Amino acid sequence: MLRLPEFSYFQPTTIAEAVALKDAHGDRAMFVSGGTDLYPNMKRRQQEPRVVISLAKVDQLNAIEMRDGGIHLGAKLTLTSLASDQRLQAGWPAFAHAASSIATPLLRNMGTLGGNLCLDTRCNYYDQSYPWRKALGFCMKKDGDTCWVAPSSAKCWAVQSSDLAPVVAALGGRIELVGPKGARTLAAEAFYNDDGIRYLNKEPGELVTGLWLPEIAGARSSYIKVAQRGSFDFPVLGVAAWARFDQQQKIAELRLVLGAIAPAPRLVPDLDKLLIGRSLDDRQAIAAAAEVAWRLARPLDNTDQAFSWRKSVVKPYVERALLGLAAR
Amino acid sequence: MSEGHRIIGRNLRKIDAIDKVTGRTRYADDVVLPRMLYCKLLRSPVAHANIKRIDLSGALAQEGVVAAISGETMPTAYGILPVSEDEHALCIDKVRFIGDPVAAVAAETEHAAELALDAIELELEPLETIGSVEKAINTPEPRIHPGNRRGNIHKLVSLEFGDIEQAFAEADHVEEGLFHYGGNTHLAMEQHAAVADWSPDGRLTLWSSTQTPHYVHRVLAKVLDLPAAQVRVIATPNGGGFGGKTDPFNHELAVCKLAMLTGRPVKICLTREEVFYCHRGRHATLIQARTAVKRDGTITGMHFRTLLDGGAYGSYGVASTFYTGALQTVTYEVPHYRFDGGRLFTNKPPCGPKRGHGTPQPRFALEIQLDRIAAALRIDPADLRLQQIQPANSLTSNYLRIGSIGLAKCIKTVVEASGWRERYGKLERGRGLGLACSSYLSGAGLPIYWNEMPHSAATVKLDRGGGVTVFCGSTDVGQGSDSVLAFVVAEELGIDPYQIRVVTADTDLTPVDLGSYSSRVTVMTGHATRQAAAAARERVRSGVAEKLAVSGEQITFADGKVRVAEKGIELAFAEAVAIAEARHGTIVTSGSYKPPETAGKFKGAGVGPSPAYSYSAGIVEVEVDEQTGFVTPIKVWMAHDIGQAINRSAVIGQVEGSVYMGLGEALMEEMVYREKRNLVHKIPSMLEYKSLTSLEMCEVETFLIEDPDPNGPYGAKEVGQGPLLPMPPAIANAVYDAVGVRVDMVPVTPSRVMAALDAAARGKAPRHGPERMPQVSWPEPTRVTPPWAGGDGHAQRPGSGKQAS
Ligand SMILES: Cc1cc2nc3c(=O)[nH]c(=O)nc-3n(C[C@H](O)[C@H](O)[C@H](O)COP(=O)(O)OP(=O)(O)OC[C@H]3O[C@@H](n4cnc5c(N)ncnc54)[C@H](O)[C@@H]3O)c2cc1C
Ligand code: SF4
Repeated sequence: MLRLPEFSYFQPTTIAEAVALKDAHGDRAMFVSGGTDLYPNMKRRQQEPRVVISLAKVDQLNAIEMRDGGIHLGAKLTLTSLASDQRLQAGWPAFAHAASSIATPLLRNMGTLGGNLCLDTRCNYYDQSYPWRKALGFCMKKDGDTCWVAPSSAKCWAVQSSDLAPVVAALGGRIELVGPKGARTLAAEAFYNDDGIRYLNKEPGELVTGLWLPEIAGARSSYIKVAQRGSFDFPVLGVAAWARFDQQQKIAELRLVLGAIAPAPRLVPDLDKLLIGRSLDDRQAIAAAAEVAWRLARPLDNTDQAFSWRKSVVKPYVERALLGLAAR
Repeated sequence: MSEGHRIIGRNLRKIDAIDKVTGRTRYADDVVLPRMLYCKLLRSPVAHANIKRIDLSGALAQEGVVAAISGETMPTAYGILPVSEDEHALCIDKVRFIGDPVAAVAAETEHAAELALDAIELELEPLETIGSVEKAINTPEPRIHPGNRRGNIHKLVSLEFGDIEQAFAEADHVEEGLFHYGGNTHLAMEQHAAVADWSPDGRLTLWSSTQTPHYVHRVLAKVLDLPAAQVRVIATPNGGGFGGKTDPFNHELAVCKLAMLTGRPVKICLTREEVFYCHRGRHATLIQARTAVKRDGTITGMHFRTLLDGGAYGSYGVASTFYTGALQTVTYEVPHYRFDGGRLFTNKPPCGPKRGHGTPQPRFALEIQLDRIAAALRIDPADLRLQQIQPANSLTSNYLRIGSIGLAKCIKTVVEASGWRERYGKLERGRGLGLACSSYLSGAGLPIYWNEMPHSAATVKLDRGGGVTVFCGSTDVGQGSDSVLAFVVAEELGIDPYQIRVVTADTDLTPVDLGSYSSRVTVMTGHATRQAAAAARERVRSGVAEKLAVSGEQITFADGKVRVAEKGIELAFAEAVAIAEARHGTIVTSGSYKPPETAGKFKGAGVGPSPAYSYSAGIVEVEVDEQTGFVTPIKVWMAHDIGQAINRSAVIGQVEGSVYMGLGEALMEEMVYREKRNLVHKIPSMLEYKSLTSLEMCEVETFLIEDPDPNGPYGAKEVGQGPLLPMPPAIANAVYDAVGVRVDMVPVTPSRVMAALDAAARGKAPRHGPERMPQVSWPEPTRVTPPWAGGDGHAQRPGSGKQAS
């Protein structure tokens, strides 16, 4: 079987200690939370930290509480606990649903919020064993200098495949960070960077401590995950929709985010003029919005399913996600 | 329970079930020996190249490394079929696909062995890669196998039974089409593993997860140059095989050689990625099918052409090629039949036998073609099939001997259960029903290597304490063959099957059985075991009869007792054995089985014959999302003609497992290589090579049709493979019923469904599938006069148009 390489392992008990350890070991170190992303990657030598800083004992990261007009979720909450939390199911159903759609029950018991938000980008030239990658001479993201997906490209197109990322961006969430220079928060949208290698706008030393989601009256959300199977599979397209409706059930505010088609979740721009003031019964407006999303989506040949198909289904799934905002 | 039987036909737990669910079963990777070393293989990073130099010194210098070897240590070529011995344990002159093993390291830990691989210097001179069937046909050089006669064409065969020209001339309607069946792999849960041990007195023992210990035994003796009597192969219980563990493998030879060199036991357990490289799975196959029918749908002739993407080695490929043409004739009457088949070498992992071996591909084309004919002639697809089922006890036009055939009953059963008559063609758009049928062998009629010995044998030993042990070379791959042995012995001796000890798959201890492939085990070991057990029973009977001075006929065996009802005598089974042992000495009996002689005498007649054929009919209901192309199976009705179930629940398990695997092939499984990227396997992992999970699996309603076959033990036929075959065409037919387009390809992926719907929307032929068959210069066919026209099974003399004598 595939074996883990040797590494040093630390188990700090506080956020401050974790951040200090990371600061001390620098680039050689990585945080690990549930390990469901990092450890398989280490077995395939995609990521090779010499020092692994576990968050297992940092109990400060387990909080879940209503705070500042929204909900605060600690980075170490497991996906299982997010999916089954009644406050989330009631107030942020798209988020709870997205969490429930990730991987498998076993992986959700281990996998955490922080790990999911920081999930390494994926590409089927990269998510391969060391000998496999060596056979092609490696790629730009690790050990090589060519991008096999787009050889003339200077950029890596590995896909941000987190199911929570597009939802958090659509919900207007804020990522909470603590680094050597102190604490700060970043809008989820700004947290992600459209580059498969430097995919997070986070200082290397910063720890994600949690996520804050606003509670907004009259808002509803939906998430559709597109994948071959109902278990295991990463999304090949994710559509997250959020809208605030006025008294007449007309859209007053809206965010639509596409996941799993680019190195970062993509906010679909220019929808306000199409959808603000419209109701969900306005099928023409919805079709027009889907058209905009379709034009934006440029998936490449580095995930499951034909990339042309992934683009072609953006329209129906965006329509379904928008219609999924209907009051229940 | 079936009439007259006590055990046969019941629902019984498998004898190894408790060990399996409590984790006690010892698989190959659980074998641990003192002082054991771990082996890793260095595999080629290039798809096609000459080996210029291999330098192992770097690896040998690494900490923990005990030995490292390359190809010259095992220069003898081997292969499962005597006609294609084209493999080496470790590559010698050239590498033929990414993953082809070139060196092996043995080290104190698996990690040390893995690190050492990176220190081996391998200098390769890349050659042009052959990535497709078309390219293999058009690129004779460089040859993947320099000794191969026709460039990169491995095999071409052509057979004609009757007069195909005439059949098409007489027809009122001809369906012609091109189909592509994607290559897919077995995906057994257990990765291959092996442990070798070499003793100072020159004896070699190999524990391996193999389906065919006898064939592995032969290859070890040959390649390692050891007397066969000094080699012992123990097949550990397989965590699934499906045909993926029926070849002798590189890693088996490598651990043996390393054990011999180091004097220490050596173990290997392949990674999942390596299992993808071992492959030997379903050949990707391009099929050109032509079927000629009368106005009423009666088939007058069929002409099939297949091109198989064989991958880099021969493996079972010659047999696979024949199988793509063998069984078209056994379901419906086909008076005139022609088959041309070709297998090509490409720089990909070698293909071989997977559940259904070579027959699902043509079956896919055939059953879709019948669906099209039914639509064109406005006949219900079920009736079209029912009106021309091959008769029982007949010879097909290609000389396959049919015994019992429960196909009509299978079709009627699923038609009834699914509400076909009321619902087919009448469901709302987006919902559809599809029907398809199939047949499969109950064991190949001929062995892999020519010999006249039995295919299967068993020994039964009775102990004076009442213990019964059955010894048989067969291998339980999860299908329950060990249980079948126990059930048969229990039936014959009238005892509890769970008291019987079963010793299997150990070449030192058990009589030869050819292996767990071609659905042969229940029929062949069943006969041998029944014979052995009956002989043991008769030994006991005569001993008891003599002792009690009664006639043998008065004695009955049941419930663990031996009774003479007339005299009110009841002995415990152990007592009866003791009495008999006192009279006859130790009771050890044996039985063996060889299939009946084949009816066809022409070259190529060896592939297809079987003692008996199973039949299946399946209907699937699907939902098709027209905006995305996703196809969701809702329910499957599957009726299977098993002849006679030995254990009903095990049979139903095999049917459900076949349906499951068939749905995976139909909907998502495919071996994909990147042609523009050095032919790397795109998705060698269980995450990205998709097969159904329990969430995609739909309800399956299974019906067992029991039409006992005179050639089966108790009338039993096979079940392990047949019920897979209807699934891919049934899915494609159901998609047609749902949305009116044809996907003539497997897997039926969302993008292919969308492509067909797009074609329809643009006013083109409402289909998606291959457009072209590459040109091949087919050989002049071997012509055989069918039995119905007075043929005797021999080929006609070339040019004479007459029967050869
Ligand atoms: C078979 C399989 C299927 C999967 N399917 C899905 C899927 O469908 N959808 C999906 O979204 N994911 C999927 N995953 C990915 C993964 O399991 C989940 O995303 C999970 O939530 C990751 O969390 P973790 O705690 O295990 O992460 P870890 O492996 O512990 O960490 C992941 C990354 O985040 C970093 N990290 C972790 N915590 C922090 C922190 N607090 N601050 C800063 N950096 C941190 C780590 O250094 C690492 O780079 C799948 C994984 C597998 C193996
Ligand atoms: S997108 Fe290109 S650079 Fe990035 S991981 Fe894939 S192949 Fe490598």
